[in-house]
Parts: sequence; structure tokens; C-alpha cells
Amino acid sequence: MIITKQKKFEEIIKSVDKGPVFIVGCNECATLCHTGGEEEVLEMKKKIEENNINVTGWKILEPACHLNNDRRLLKPYKAEIEKSKNILVLACGNGVQTISHLYDNKDIISGNDTLFLGEIVRANEFDKRCNMCGECLLDLFEGLCPISRCPKSMLNGPCGGSVNGKCEVDKNLDCIWDEIYKRLKKKGRLNQLNEIQKPKDWSKSLDMKRRI
Amino acid sequence: MVCKSNLQRSLDEGLFAVTAEIGPPKGSDPEKITKKAEIVKGFADAFNITDNQTAVVRMSSMAGCCILLKEKMEPILQMTCRDRNRIALQSDILGASAVGIKNMLFLTGDHQSFGNHPESKGVFDIDSMQLLQMVKKMRDDGIFQNGDEILAKNPDVFVGAAANPFADPFELRVDRLHKKILAGADFIQTQSVYNLEKFQVWMDEVCSLGLDKKIHILAGVTPLKSLRMTERMKFHVPGVDIPDDIYNIMKKADDPKSKGYEIAVNLINDIKKIRGVHGIHITALFWEDIVPSLVKETGIYPRY
Repeated sequence: MIITKQKKFEEIIKSVDKGPVFIVGCNECATLCHTGGEEEVLEMKKKIEENNINVTGWKILEPACHLNNDRRLLKPYKAEIEKSKNILVLACGNGVQTISHLYDNKDIISGNDTLFLGEIVRANEFDKRCNMCGECLLDLFEGLCPISRCPKSMLNGPCGGSVNGKCEVDKNLDCIWDEIYKRLKKKGRLNQLNEIQKPKDWSKSLDMKRRI
Repeated sequence: MVCKSNLQRSLDEGLFAVTAEIGPPKGSDPEKITKKAEIVKGFADAFNITDNQTAVVRMSSMAGCCILLKEKMEPILQMTCRDRNRIALQSDILGASAVGIKNMLFLTGDHQSFGNHPESKGVFDIDSMQLLQMVKKMRDDGIFQNGDEILAKNPDVFVGAAANPFADPFELRVDRLHKKILAGADFIQTQSVYNLEKFQVWMDEVCSLGLDKKIHILAGVTPLKSLRMTERMKFHVPGVDIPDDIYNIMKKADDPKSKGYEIAVNLINDIKKIRGVHGIHITALFWEDIVPSLVKETGIYPRY
């Protein structure tokens, strides 16, 4: 899932300027992250109106990153969108750009910061799991990804900085190499770590388009 | 600026400057540089040593510049954002200044996918504009990018940047030059000029905004050595504009090498007459030995 974090309201209201504004949310990731579901969109509407800025309407898209769905779902809101100066999007960076794709005459405002592709560990807790590097190496590392979960993206870890299974960069972060080590030890395959992993082909992460 | 480079002194005195490029070798043999250096020594004010140009691994620009210093030649260090983050860039700026390199040219850099290690990860932590701003603040205010003070001597740099008068959208090209001036550039080496008409339009706008008074523009000239090179430049090198007439001349030429030389001579003679141009930057790719006759024949020799 794409994990997002809502920007500070002061920042959002500054971008909204004098409005009027139309608000867009997303029924998938942003809803689960509590950054752009119906609850958050209505809360945002209320706060913006308290600042004497007109909100012409709102809509939760299904999901915001789906261009044709957005077109269809926003069609009934033509008048509300026309009346607005800007569109505030409470979705991920993709959702914002899909809206920008549709409306080149509106100021598009991003209400969220997009953090990472991650796991819902439990309610309201999200952990990074993937950098979308274009070539999955997980079978080499017991299904645990050092590219996304080691701050140095080391393929021949652990580095010398891990202490008691915690990362030197962030003491709240479990060292992923410590996890990989524990798994391999349990399976009696520590010798697997003796192999030097070759430099990664980063060109695989350069794709900008995929058609099937 | 504590002690000016020859290049800066020439330009500040209003003299027509010449710079030339020396490509470092794919290896650690310093003689590959000194041999090329011997050929071009005295025929330009300063010499660029490229920084892994087109993303192909070569001897570092820093080392190449040090070799030129030993030969009593003035180097221009090139530095791109592709292979180093802001920590390494600042460290190299300090290092270069420490060993006496006074001119540096700051670029974003060709993408790694064009080079011989396409699997590598490009750094691009900052871009050329931010790099220019960073080096200016280091030199003039004595502060690093993070705001920390430089504790032991600000780097002494004559700050260079590149400009491409031929890239799209054309409307933004002069604005972008202006932005580089504001960021900190003291001199510009342009993309190779073949399309004189377009270059003239760009220079007219530069002059009408008075930017030629704020920065020294050196027009890039790359002699065409063969038809193959012409075709590669015309069809495969992004940002290069070779007009059809030049392409056709090269295509029909019995001796493309001498024709390419003749075109370069004519280009330099024409560029010299363009208002606001303060010098020429010669990039004779794998053809360094052409530089002496080129500057002699176009009357931009002897050097000052």
C-alpha cells in the first residue's frame, strides 16, 4: 500500500489561498492511512470553511489513481469544479497527478506527503517494505528486503553499526540484516551469506511506462 | 577572489578567451594527458578536463587537473552531479582549491544510461543550479550547503556553467542562463554551436537583457572529424543542433576531415563577430592536435 501523511493544515490552507476549493479523496490507500478517506475529507472541508474559504464540493475517488474512473466519477461534479479555483487532493502523489492530468486550468494542491510502499502492521501503524527498484531480489534474502529496509541498501550486510538488532541510523528500526541473519541461522544456512552479492542493476528501476 | 586565474584575468580585461577540452584516458597512465597537453599548451587560456563525460569511466578530472598544473598549464575542473552527492561535491571543491585549481565548471551531468555502466545508480542529489549556488556560498560567504561555517579558508573558484542555446523549449533558454547567473556562474561554456542563426537569436536576447555584461559567454565549437561523427552528433547526441546544410556538406565531402576543419574555422570567424561573445571553447573530441592550427588560422592566437 502507498503510505501517506497529511501535510500540516497551515501549509494546506496557505496553498488553498482564497479558494474556492474542491476536495478530492481516495477510497483505497489514503482511506486506510486516514489521510484522504471520507472522514478526513469532511474534516478538511470543515476546517477550510472555518477559515472563511468556500468549499464548492468534494468526492472520494475509487481510487484516485485511476484516470478513467476519475473522469466518470467527477462528471456529476462539473459545476462544483468549475466554480473552484483549486482542487485539493488528499491522496498519494499519483492521485494528485491523475487529477492534474484531468484539469489543466485549475491549481492542483497536494494535501498529503507520500512516504513509501509499505505494510499495515496493525491499525495506524505502517512499515516500509519496498523501493520499487524494478528487479526483486527477495529470494536471496529470505523474503526480507535490504534494498528498502536497510538505510544503506546493503546487499552484503550487516554493516558494523547494528547494535542488539537495531539499526545505527534509527534505534527504533530493526536491522533488517539482523533479521536475515536470524532466519538463515534457524535454517542452518548461514553459509549463504558468504557469497558476495554482485552490484545491483539499478537501470531496472528507470522504467517510466509499462504497457501490456 | 584572492588570486585570479588566467582565464578570469583575460576575461575581466575584455580579451577574447580561448578554452579547450582535454579528455582524460580510460586508464591511469598520466602520459596520456601530458602528451595531449604538450600539443595544445599555449594555444588556450585554460583547459577543461572532463568528469567521466557521457557517463563513461575515465581518469578523474581532479587528477587530470593536477597533471596539467605540473605541466604549468591552467586547468578547468569539471564536476557533475551524477556520481557524487553534496558531501562529496563540497569536499572535492575544497580539495581542488587546495591544490591550486582555480577554474571549475559545474554541470548536472549526462545520465548514466548513456554511458558504459548503465546499471549504475545515478546520484543527482542536487542539480547544476543548486551546485552553482552552493559553490558561490562557499566562496563568497564561507558557508557549506547546510549553513555550517567553513573553518579553514574559503575555496577560491572562478565558477563556470554550461548553457545550451539550442534546447527546447527555446523560450526558456535565456531565462535559464539568467538563473545560472543568479545562482553564481561567472562564465559559461555553451553547447557546440553549428546553428549560427539560432545562436545569434539567443545571443541577441542575452544582450538585450544586458546579461552579456554580467557573465562571460564562451561559445562552444566542436570540429566535425568525420561523417560518422556528424551523424552521431546530429541524430544521437541530445541537445546538439546540426543544421541540414552542414550535414549535407559533410555528406558530400571527399575529405570530410578537412571539410569539418573548414566548417570549424568559418564558425569561429563568424562567432567572433557576434556581440556579447567573450570567447571560444574548443572541444576537439579525439582530435586535440587540430587545436593549434584552428586558433592560429582564426586569429585568436597568440594567447595573452
